[in-house]
Amino acid sequence: MDFSITEDQAMLQDSVAKFIQNDYDFDARQEAAASDLGFSRDRWTEFTELGWAAVPFGEDDGGLDGGPVELMLLMEEFGKGLVIEPYLPCIVLAGGVLKRTASDEQKAHWLAPIIEGSKLAALAYAEPQARFDLNDTATTATRDGDDFVLNGTKCVVLNGGAADTLVVSARTSGERTDSSGISLFVVDATSAGIERKQYPTVDARQAADITLTDVRIPATQLLGNIDDGLETLSAVIDDAIICVSAEAVGIMQALNYRTLEYSKSRVQFGVPIASFQALQHRMVEMFMIAEQTRSLLLHAVMAQDEDDREAAKASIHALKVQVGTEGRRLGEEAVQLHGGMGVSWELDVAHYFKRLTMIDTLFGNADHHLEAYPI
Amino acid sequence: MKQTIAEYSSLGFVVRRSIPSYTRASDGGRIHRRQVPRTQLIPAPKAIFMACLEATMDLSFSAEELKFRDEVREFFATQYPADIKKKMDNNVRLDKEDFVRWQKILHKHGYMAVNWPVEYGGTGWTPVQKYLFATEMAEANAPDVVPFGVNMVGPVIYTFGNDEQKARFLPDILESNVWWCQGYSEPGAGSDLASLKTLADRDGDHYVINGTKTWTTLGQHADWIFVLARTNTDVARRQEGISFILCDMNTPGISVRPIITIEGGHEVNEVHFEDVRVPVENLVGEEGRGWTYGKVLLQHERTNIAAVARSKFKLKKLKKLASSERFGATPLIESPTFRQKLVRMEIELKALEYTDLRTLAAVSTGKAPGPESSILKIKGTEIQQQLSNLFMEAAGYYAMPFVPEQYSSGFDLDDRLVDGTEPTSALHYFNYRKTSIYGGSNEIQKNIIAKHVLGL
Repeated sequence: MDFSITEDQAMLQDSVAKFIQNDYDFDARQEAAASDLGFSRDRWTEFTELGWAAVPFGEDDGGLDGGPVELMLLMEEFGKGLVIEPYLPCIVLAGGVLKRTASDEQKAHWLAPIIEGSKLAALAYAEPQARFDLNDTATTATRDGDDFVLNGTKCVVLNGGAADTLVVSARTSGERTDSSGISLFVVDATSAGIERKQYPTVDARQAADITLTDVRIPATQLLGNIDDGLETLSAVIDDAIICVSAEAVGIMQALNYRTLEYSKSRVQFGVPIASFQALQHRMVEMFMIAEQTRSLLLHAVMAQDEDDREAAKASIHALKVQVGTEGRRLGEEAVQLHGGMGVSWELDVAHYFKRLTMIDTLFGNADHHLEAYPI
Repeated sequence: MKQTIAEYSSLGFVVRRSIPSYTRASDGGRIHRRQVPRTQLIPAPKAIFMACLEATMDLSFSAEELKFRDEVREFFATQYPADIKKKMDNNVRLDKEDFVRWQKILHKHGYMAVNWPVEYGGTGWTPVQKYLFATEMAEANAPDVVPFGVNMVGPVIYTFGNDEQKARFLPDILESNVWWCQGYSEPGAGSDLASLKTLADRDGDHYVINGTKTWTTLGQHADWIFVLARTNTDVARRQEGISFILCDMNTPGISVRPIITIEGGHEVNEVHFEDVRVPVENLVGEEGRGWTYGKVLLQHERTNIAAVARSKFKLKKLKKLASSERFGATPLIESPTFRQKLVRMEIELKALEYTDLRTLAAVSTGKAPGPESSILKIKGTEIQQQLSNLFMEAAGYYAMPFVPEQYSSGFDLDDRLVDGTEPTSALHYFNYRKTSIYGGSNEIQKNIIAKHVLGL
């Protein structure tokens, strides 16, 4: 048993941390979030130049061979900086499917431009009727000669508007909620029959609802084996849960630090409010939540490398329950302890809180994962 | 270019590691440093535990560690007396003789002083070995050692005592020849320990002790007591003038009165001192420095206070109980509300297990954990209390009978109201309210974190 990280991993963490702390300015972030694109394309170029986009891919694919540990370190720092650039949808989600399923030719064509930053991508899997169930897939892909024809609706596709490349899950056989019969496809986002309705999310990201109407693609754009997509999708979502949970841990640290500093400087009744024991104990609770969440994050990251698949899965559920319940409680406390300032748009506290709250919804909320937790 | 930095991890330990220069990491200095905007200030990135930079995060155990675990497992399978195990499995209260016999077996195999340094007869184990040992001990349902000698006064004696005291007291602690008890709290001094009033007046070669100590756990069995007493009342700070004195319970003037607790049990006592004459050589360390020594003791008291392995074992028992068919057509474990409580507790326990491991990884052998151990006390006791609550809820009507004699060692198991553990559950629940009160109440633990970790 070993909690240490390698020198390379420490180096990555350090470079991201320094960049976020010194160069990822909150006001500029707000400005970019309010733009039509919803983030800074220049920043994204910087991310790719720094090699961060290559982190989770194998060396053969032009990547840096990183795993859950590297993603955890990176995302925690992204959380502290409230980074809005589309790392999660582009690299972890769409990239996660491509690296697992794409052939060498497919990788050269679709994945390489994503890693080098010339193209953006998104994973269109969620559907309006499905809530958090990955197997509930009504979108269909029908074989027609050398082509597949896609029809259906995908909802709240992160980065769906800006994406050049879409990875789409669709049913190739079976009933709507069957586990088998789901296949994955890679599609040019500008293909005929694709309609995208883009909107911002409350946590300053961008998403889109996407309608596929007789979208015709060659069969060479099928990713992996036909009917066999759910397992891949599930593994990618597990990666994503580790990522947003690491982001949540970074946010929790930032909120705790902000709250501590604010309570020391805010004077009421002639004394800093930090001197009130009622508030001190609440800040201790916030500290404990952050530490307990970090413990579950480390547990989940380390469990992914073990042979016990059920334990690995359970560790993901446990982590998401913790982030979704205790993490949200921490966010609410941070706002409360900031008083009126906590609900003002101007302060970053409000924006940390909104992101932390939306992380609960992403990839299944606490109730969903509590139900799924095996006992 | 590399530089070495010291940074504080989120649990408060210093780690040293080398970091690459920023220019190298940022690809040719394309991105430059500039002044940090005020709103962006966050403390330095929190390292995990970086004692070794060569290995990566890894859950598995080494071959050596697995061998150690097998040895320990073998020890519990073959050396743990069947009659004591039967009592433990059936929630029968252990007698003094049971504890002593078991601890002598532990000592014979070198397993008594898990946290002591090797030079005083301790194990010198790594954190992982301690974790494995605690896990195997809980899985075997073997009793914990009585902590007052080995986990409390022992470390104070080997840290602050003189050579004579070490030679006189440590071997008897290791061999369980002497049963120690704790003379800390007083009727007027609980969480505010520095307000203690017991006096130790110097009279020639003796201290004369007068006062009352309370909540003295298992003091009815004790041969010796360690006492915090005031040797000087003319002090600027209340924490000054307190001394740490060892006292034979057979000394004239000592009387022990039982305190019966909420569930009807006799665990704790009040100990009265009336002109009790103790030789001055029983003073540990310097006169007036007892507060400092006492704090070290309290930190050792918080060692293993998370009780993760024990709670994991109990959780398994609870699941078994909640799955059994005695609850009719629908086992309790299938009740959505009960299941939700169970899962939430299991997740909290898993988080605590890793917080505990992170802390273990950061403290070296024999060293007391720092203020961050307060989190283990708070979360550990919250979980123990919730477990006892769920046992009580799982027992249904059989939480109600108050028949404590059926848990004493003379009682025939066949004559119990029902098989299994259910009827103890309400007693256990009420008894376990103590856990968030003792060892520095959980509110005191929060004060410690607020002051020493958060800097408030």
